[in-house]
Amino acid sequence: MTNRAEMTRRDILKSGAAASTVTLGPGVTLMAFGGTPAEASSRADAGKRWGLLIDASKCSADCSDCVTACKVENGWGQDMEHGHIDPEQAPEWIRKVTLRDKETGREVSAPVMCQHCEDPPCVDVCPTGASMKRIDGIVQVDKHICIGCRYCMMACPFKARSFVHEAVTDQSVNAPRGKGTVESCNLCAPRIDSGRIPACVEACEKAGHSAILFGDLKDPDSPISKALRDYDTVALRSDLELNAGVRYTNL
Amino acid sequence: MRLVLAFLAVCGLAVGAAADGAGPVVPTATGEPHPATENWRANHMVYMKHDRDLTMRDGVRDLGPEDHEINASLAECFDCHAVKDEAGQEVSFEDERHFCRVCHDYAAVTVDCFMCHRSTPADNTAYRAMATADDPASIEAYLARLSEEMSQ
Repeated sequence: MTNRAEMTRRDILKSGAAASTVTLGPGVTLMAFGGTPAEASSRADAGKRWGLLIDASKCSADCSDCVTACKVENGWGQDMEHGHIDPEQAPEWIRKVTLRDKETGREVSAPVMCQHCEDPPCVDVCPTGASMKRIDGIVQVDKHICIGCRYCMMACPFKARSFVHEAVTDQSVNAPRGKGTVESCNLCAPRIDSGRIPACVEACEKAGHSAILFGDLKDPDSPISKALRDYDTVALRSDLELNAGVRYTNL
Repeated sequence: MRLVLAFLAVCGLAVGAAADGAGPVVPTATGEPHPATENWRANHMVYMKHDRDLTMRDGVRDLGPEDHEINASLAECFDCHAVKDEAGQEVSFEDERHFCRVCHDYAAVTVDCFMCHRSTPADNTAYRAMATADDPASIEAYLARLSEEMSQ
């Protein structure tokens, strides 16, 4: 069975995991079913763990460029979605949070998004395996198999996940999203896979704040690893020992 | 029993007739044809399902020159398989002239893809190629800026 063009559906089903790559014609190759070279050289790199370090002292309280950039990049936060639902239920991949010390009145502002935990509670509770962690540390929802049960939303200590309540049309090609599934920050996985920094990091830098530092936590020489060694940083809800990939300093 | 058999025979005839000429008219596409159109018609769902898991779960985008070409990104289907309306606008899945709907309506097979995916040609094709160092949004350029900043 060398010519895939002559295979019937029955043949494909029978072949199971055996088939790999088959040349259909000059320069055109189709691949299917396990063990292909592409699977071995996956884009997501197990030798990396992507993370963010957010410097709250650099984050301006009246700036929300990261949130805007995320909305534009991933297509959430459109008005039509908010027509019939409570604002509390509206999709929110990233939000600005302002903390105020009651004693001193000191206020700091910082963005909060999916914290990309090493041990994500959302993955633990997912009944279908839709809530998943990529080998490079990105935690995301595989909407193909998400049934919309929202257990992950309950499990997340950071309120990072949201549910799409309304039918969505004209989605961004980079961020498919639709009614009945849960979604959250995926650290702009399509951008990272094509060698680009996440949209919020780019926007923060463009706004002149550079409050979000992006990099590889597993590389000891990366700027983010150096900064984590040099400065006093915290993970939100560090008592839960989730080892978040998003860290904060000067909170 | 006879009635049922007669009904089935009529149904069979109807389907036969449809297959002979009244079947779906697949909208013509632009670009190079698939080397095996029949194979794509029969097995597209298998290929797409396989690739979706590779892309989504393993981050395989196959953008490097040395990579294997997957060639089955749903977004890229609409580079060629877009149907335009009278005004020259590409129709979405809402419209029954949409490339996928023509056959799927005929075969009464539900398509769930477009509950989440865009059903018209891509609004952004920038991520179809690896970022080069001169792209300010590239990780490479970003790290270079950071090291410059740190050395100051």
